[in-house]
Formats: sequence, C-alpha cells, structure tokens
Amino acid sequence: MNKYHLTHLKELEAESIFIIREVVAQFENPVLLFSGGKDSIVCHHLARKAYYPANVPFPLMHVDTGHNFEELYKFRDQLVKETNARLIIASVQKSIDEGKVKEEKGFNSSRNKLQTTTLLDAIEDHKFDCAMGGARRDEEKARAKERFFSHRDDFGQWDPKNQRPELWNLFNGKKNFGEHFRAFPISNWTEMDIWQYILQEKIKIPSLYFSHKRDCFIRNGVVMAKTSFTETKPEEKITNMQVRFRTIGDATCTGATISNADSLEKIIEEVTSSRITERGGRADDKRSEAAMEDRKKEGYF
Amino acid sequence: MSNQYLNMDLLRFTTAGSVDDGKSTLIGRLLYDSKSIFEDQMEAIEIASSNKGEEKVNLALLTDGLRAEREQGITIDVAYRYFATPKRKFIIADTPGHVQYTRNMVTGASTANLAIILVDARKRIVEQTKRHSFIASLLGIPHIIYCINKMDLVNYEEEVFEKTKKELVGFSSKLTTKDIRFLPISALNGDNVVNRSKDMDWYEGSTLLHTLENIHIASDHNLIDCRFPVQHVIRPQKDEFHDFRGYSGRIAGGVFKKNDEVVLLPSGFQTKIKSILNFETEIEEAYAPMSVTMTLEDDLDVSRGDMIVRVKNQPEILQDIEIMVCWMGEKPLLNKGKYTIKHTTKNVRCLVKEILYKVDINTLHRDIKDKIVNCNDIARIAIRVTKPLFVDKYNDNRTTGSLIIIDESTNNTVGAGMII
Repeated sequence: MNKYHLTHLKELEAESIFIIREVVAQFENPVLLFSGGKDSIVCHHLARKAYYPANVPFPLMHVDTGHNFEELYKFRDQLVKETNARLIIASVQKSIDEGKVKEEKGFNSSRNKLQTTTLLDAIEDHKFDCAMGGARRDEEKARAKERFFSHRDDFGQWDPKNQRPELWNLFNGKKNFGEHFRAFPISNWTEMDIWQYILQEKIKIPSLYFSHKRDCFIRNGVVMAKTSFTETKPEEKITNMQVRFRTIGDATCTGATISNADSLEKIIEEVTSSRITERGGRADDKRSEAAMEDRKKEGYF
Repeated sequence: MSNQYLNMDLLRFTTAGSVDDGKSTLIGRLLYDSKSIFEDQMEAIEIASSNKGEEKVNLALLTDGLRAEREQGITIDVAYRYFATPKRKFIIADTPGHVQYTRNMVTGASTANLAIILVDARKRIVEQTKRHSFIASLLGIPHIIYCINKMDLVNYEEEVFEKTKKELVGFSSKLTTKDIRFLPISALNGDNVVNRSKDMDWYEGSTLLHTLENIHIASDHNLIDCRFPVQHVIRPQKDEFHDFRGYSGRIAGGVFKKNDEVVLLPSGFQTKIKSILNFETEIEEAYAPMSVTMTLEDDLDVSRGDMIVRVKNQPEILQDIEIMVCWMGEKPLLNKGKYTIKHTTKNVRCLVKEILYKVDINTLHRDIKDKIVNCNDIARIAIRVTKPLFVDKYNDNRTTGSLIIIDESTNNTVGAGMII
C-alpha cells in the first residue's frame, strides 16, 4: 500500500473522530448513549482518542431497561472506573414506577420500546442538545438513510422525508430552541469493521460476546437466554447450550447464537461466513417490515 | 484471512440513475454476487416481492428503505450501502436520478472517489447521461466508469458498445474528469459485473468489480498543499499534562512532519510543529485525511476556525468569492440575500452580491437571462463574506474548496458551493 494512503479502518476512524469533535464544537451539552454493546464501546474508544490527553468532554448515558445481563452491568462499571468516564443512568424502571409508560404483558413482552420515553425524558431533564449513538447504516434499511447529524423536532421525532442535505465533511448543527440532534459517528462502519477494529485496537468487550455455557430455550426459532425476568411457556424446554451474543440489548429480546467462537479471531471468522445479519436475532425488528422506521420516527435510537 | 483487513482500503462511489436504467439491479447484483446479501435480507425481499405480485425477486426492494419509497416504488433520498471484498471496503451512495433530485445526486457525489454512470445500450447517450456526467465532473469525482448496460438486449454486439463509447468519448471531452472508463455489462444477467461474460468474448477489459477493486485511489487526496483547519484546542487541565496545548483537527491536504515550519492563519505567526499525536502515540508525519492533534513550539493564540499551513504554500485569503452553487432550498436563492456559510471549521455570514448565470444541467448551456435559482438549479454566483476565508479552488482541494450555505431563518442547509 502507498505510504500516504490509509487503510479502511484508519480512514473510518479519522472520519468518526472528526464527527465527534464537530459535535462537541457545535453543541453546548452533548452526551454519548452507552448501552455496553460493542458499537457504543467503540464510540467511547474513539471519543477518548479524539480528546487525548484530556478527558472525554461529555458524559455517557445508559438507558437501562433493568433487564440487562449481569455481565453487562459489571463491564459497564469497570469501564467507567478505568477510563475516568462520567456515567448517567436513565432508568426505564423509574419511568414505569412513575406511570409514564406501561409495561407490556405476555410472553413476548419487552421493555425495548419503553426506552424511547425514558430516553426523551432524560434528554429533557439533563438539557442535552445532542445525543450521540453507535447506530450504523448497515444495520437496518431505515438507518441506511440516516444522516451523521440528524435533526429532531421539539417532540424528538425524526422526519425522514425532510432531512438536511449533508455534503462533504460540513455538518450543520444549527437548531431552534427546544430542538435537539442525534449524531451517529460510526454510521459508515459495518459489523465487520467493528470487529476488525476491536481486534486491531485491543478494545475490551463484555464476556457475553464470547462463547460460553448458558441456560437457554428456543422461541420462534431464536435462541433466548433464561433469565429471572423472562417467562417461559410450558413447552419451552430449558437446555444448557454453548452460545454467544452477536448484539447485546435487553435480555428479553436479544437472541443468542450457538457458537464456539471464544476469541476475536474466531468471531471474525464466524461473522465472515455467517449468512444472517446480526439483527436477524432481534425480536424487536421482527414486529413488522417498517418496525425500525416507526420506532425511529417516535424518537427511538 | 485474519490479518487481511490490515491491507484493505476504502473506496466511496456513487451510482446515479432513474427508475428503469437498471441501477438498483446493478447494485443488487454487486451485493448478491459478492455475497453481501444475507439470508434474512433475501428472505424479507422475497416475501415483499411476492406480496406485491411480482414474479421475480425485486432487488430494488433491498435499496428502498423508507415505507413511502416502497409503497410508491421510488427512491427519495440518498441511501448508503456497504460491501467488502478481501481487497477493499466499498461505500455506495445510491442516489435517485430525476432532475428534481439533483440535490441528492450532488450530496452523494460530494464524498465519492468514483461515479458509476449507467447507459442503456439501446438508447445510448440521453439527457440524464449528460446530467450525471456533468454533476460527477462538477463535484470533482476523480474517476468515472460508464457502464453500457442491457447488452443482452442488443445481442451483446461489440459494434453497439464501440459506437456508444465513441459518442461518450466525444461528449466527455468537455468534462474535467481525467480518468474515464467504459464497460459493457448486463446487470440483469450478471455479465461483466462480478463474473466475466461468456457472450462478450470480444471484450478484453476487466469486470466492474475487478475495476472497483483495483482502481488507483491513493492519489485522490491532495498530498501537496498542506492545510490543517483547527477543529478544537485541547487543554487537559491535568497535573501530568500541565502545559499541554494541542490543536486537533482533520488534515485537509498535504503531509505535515514534525519540525515543519508552519504559519498560522489569520494571525500570520510562524512557528514549528513540535509533535503530532495520534492518541497516545507520537507520530513523525500526518497526511490527509487523518485526524490528529498537533503541538507547536511556541505558545500562540490559536482557536477553532484558524488554519495551520506551510510557510511557502498558503491558501488564498478571500472575502469576495465566486462559487458554483447547487441550490437545495425550497425558496429560491435570494439575490442580495444574507446567509450563513460553513467552510472547513469556520462559520461566517455572507451577502449574495450577484447571480452571474445559471447552468442548464442537460446541455451545459449558460443562461445569463434567467436568474431565478430554484431548488436543484446550478448557478455561478459571487458572494462577499464577513470575515476572510482561507480557500483553495475546489478543483485543487475538495475540502478547503467547498462550503455550505445555511438559511438563517430555518437553519436548513440550502446550498452547496464549490469555489472557482
């Protein structure tokens, strides 16, 4: 390769760091949404690179459904400690207790959709004017049309037909009072780029991503973990399986993959040969063809 | 396989076309034949196709992401697609090709290294071929590939390809693009897209994917004129970095080295580069388009919007600027109107002094009489800005030569400007 030519990972990294710095320069009170999943971990890593040797100039916010895996909470708290980050927790349980949202009932119930209210309330409470997130355009077709700087009206809604044009590297974060933005620094990364970057940069990720033994059951063809907050039907048999997670979301709607991949190299190999997208295991996207577009319009990430 | 990605680079390309020229089929073909479509995505569009009563799997459904687009069978907005081969990662900016979507085409073209322009072998050069070519050239895309598509419908005849190519060569001599290539394909049947055509043994060139994988893009960035627009000043306020003052940003041109003599704009102070940081590692040199942090020998007043350049190679410092503008606002461009301008990391205000002419994007004809610049129009205008900008010609540097125009009442981006 030419001496003055970047690899794809270096070019993506340079682009994302530029965008994070633009967010900080253009907004008064930005925040990084942090789920503890690999994409938000990479975003946080990029933010640390962008401001070294200074601290990251914005807090992390975890919109917590309360239905996450134990390993995730441990990882999150460890990372906060090691990197000197500021963490804000926005609790879905609290939104339920305050009567702002109503918990879904039944076997397929999930708190995933309830996150939107908690997120929008937290943005308002903390007066954040830009929420950054680790969404990628390759994840889902509604996200393929998302901008790096995504304008939201004063109800936090996304209007996909009325997006600002985004040209070159010139990002327009001007807004009226009461409006806010979402920003997606890793829009142009694919699942594979993320894994390769984690390997290249030796970034720590939760143990859930690696193959381990866990009590699981199968519902609608998806392997689900048995947790204290998942209800199983009588015919759903609990078996101890060798699994790992490709995405980490709320434990009630994130499917596991049967896998022996216990190292980053093996995960990359598995992703290369996989014929199913990572969101293929997410029950929340399967609700309808435009499920993601609908949730995004309401203000979901 | 495990370390292969350390040698991959990134190619961004745009495809522009209208409903029936096979653009979606071509993208679908590239994704499908390079095995970038997953089973659950394929399954979803198979179901959607049969729900709509279509006989074949409609690969266009893969690229039409919004509900309104699927319902109306049209593409409204720029959509980004990704695929990779062991050599390169590709980002496709998929844009609709109708006249009323010129602004989307311009948006997609603004970051592209390469444009694929589809030409129907039966119709050869049509209005939209000219429009797409003009936009690719105006936006400074370094490489254009004309894919003469639907060769299956002209019996794969070499004569048709040669005739079309000859016409395109004649027409494209008016463009500023230097690297122009021609390829006979059938997106529907996959001829010369990923796999070589069995029906066109007369064609000895590369397939489309092979071309995309091997085209030389290392010199697409300007590596001569050093430009570093300061994005942010880093002051850690930590004991161990007590006196640290770093200037961070993304290099817009050239190669900066440690100990280089540099000048700061607008102050004009000269100093030397003390160090270049990429996270915790100190590096010897940095080049476009890297994001880095620099420290300087002297403690000088530098802030966001300033530019660090080499002493003997400086940009123009201008307040009166002529640009080609692609208008994107719903309301027409206001002659004598005031707008906000964003150029590199700098915001200034501007006054539109004069609308010089409009360009007919189908014929490239200059219209000096009609001066109403509506959405999707392209015009040459003169502006005056409140503070000097450090600029290069767009043809020399796509970063320091570009700007956006923002409507101050709506905050919307209403224009894309290229400095002449």
